Amino acid sequence: MWWNQLLASGPVITDGAWGTQLQAEGLPGGTCPDQWNVTHPDRVAHVAAQYVAAGSQIVLTNTFRANRVALATYQLADQLAAINRAGVELSRREAAGRAHVCASLGPTGKMLLAGEIAPPEVLAAFTEQAAILADAGAEALVIETMAELEEAELAIAAARTTGLPVVACVVFDSGAAHDRTMMGVTPEEAARRLAAAGADVVGANCGQGIAGYVDICRRMRAVTDRPLWIKANAGSPHVVDGQIQYEATAAGFAAHAPALVAAGAQFIGGCCGTTPEFIRALCQEIRR
Amino acid sequence: MPDLHELGEAIKRGDRDTAAALTKAAIETKIPAQEILDAMVGAMDIVGQRFQKNEIFVPEMLIAARAMKEAMGLLEPILVEAGITPVAKAVIGTVEGDLHDIGKNLVAMMWKGANFDVIDLGTNVSPQKFVDAVRTNNAQLVGLSALLTTTMPAIKKTVDAIKGAGLDVTKIVIGGAPVTQEYANEVGADGYAPDAASAVDVARSLL
Repeated sequence: MWWNQLLASGPVITDGAWGTQLQAEGLPGGTCPDQWNVTHPDRVAHVAAQYVAAGSQIVLTNTFRANRVALATYQLADQLAAINRAGVELSRREAAGRAHVCASLGPTGKMLLAGEIAPPEVLAAFTEQAAILADAGAEALVIETMAELEEAELAIAAARTTGLPVVACVVFDSGAAHDRTMMGVTPEEAARRLAAAGADVVGANCGQGIAGYVDICRRMRAVTDRPLWIKANAGSPHVVDGQIQYEATAAGFAAHAPALVAAGAQFIGGCCGTTPEFIRALCQEIRR
Repeated sequence: MPDLHELGEAIKRGDRDTAAALTKAAIETKIPAQEILDAMVGAMDIVGQRFQKNEIFVPEMLIAARAMKEAMGLLEPILVEAGITPVAKAVIGTVEGDLHDIGKNLVAMMWKGANFDVIDLGTNVSPQKFVDAVRTNNAQLVGLSALLTTTMPAIKKTVDAIKGAGLDVTKIVIGGAPVTQEYANEVGADGYAPDAASAVDVARSLL
């Protein structure tokens, strides 16, 4: 893998949130953020540029919802190729060789277990998206925010058809200790199954703040040799004067990074509510 | 003699076939419809409690609800015959701009399991559409869901529209990943449910 060289010199810093950053750029509620790749490319590029400037060694792409099933809910399925292609191109342009560009693939939004969607449709949707992302020049595919392991496994199978390295992450937000997925899956089971399905890097993102991910990371580390990828939220959202704010500060977030590294995390970044400032703080904390 | 306890157990473990067979047998032996219904709802209550205590997760809750639905389908004509109506009419949907319906679907499922008549408006529902549905159905309960912090403000717009339309007797329960009790208080919703099982408790306490 191309990242072995990066990993040899310590933990790799990825990027922070895209959704909440695009909101800060003026994305109205209810608008599909991925559509901005074609309608507001400069604002999307600005998010990528800020992460590269902050020190991200890997930046993702604004393609989280750009699979056929999720885009169809926004009536945007006909723009699927353009949205994915532009997403990769914008991040690549801003990375300009200073950061690696890995493409984001999020869930379909339909639950397999509830029969809302069938496995072949999920597999087809991710296969289609993965092929476009790969063709546009993504250096790896990052399957993230998965609540259902079965969906993650289908996405991994789809991503592997491109030949690119694959990262696969699930969300831990359930159970008394927030150490289960929505479906009750433990960190051990998730790590084992994501690796068995063929993910080159396994991990977790979203769902909770960074402190809770230390133990989850340790538990994943105990059962797999794959590098671990962790992107926690900036704590929990709170309403302050009618505005939604995340509770964690960049410094407070970064203060947990050494514990996360000690627990075995090798790719570290942030999810909802984290900003370029968080990435800068992470770089300082880890590189000193 | 068909065993209502066994019927409850079959629902709890999500054994659809056994739940259906026991319901059929109970109906055939003329066990009062209300008793059969109570056994089913009681079983789903226990499923909800176990979910809230983190003893089970969404998959177990889903299969229990599926067994309940199967059994309920058989019982429904008998309930109608006996003049037994659902405990409440509830309108549910994700608010305007929000297309994420997994949480809303789980709440709808658990409300049905509690014998509520659930009118599901789907996703991306405008405040006016909620108002119209509440009025047309004479609903006592409304469930509003938002998954995103960006679509959360539409909860307030919808609560304002419902209360502003003079439908004050209708109780509004809100939920979704970013939603909190604090937010429910701020927007004037009647209740906040952190998960699908709690949504049943909150709704019952308001009715």
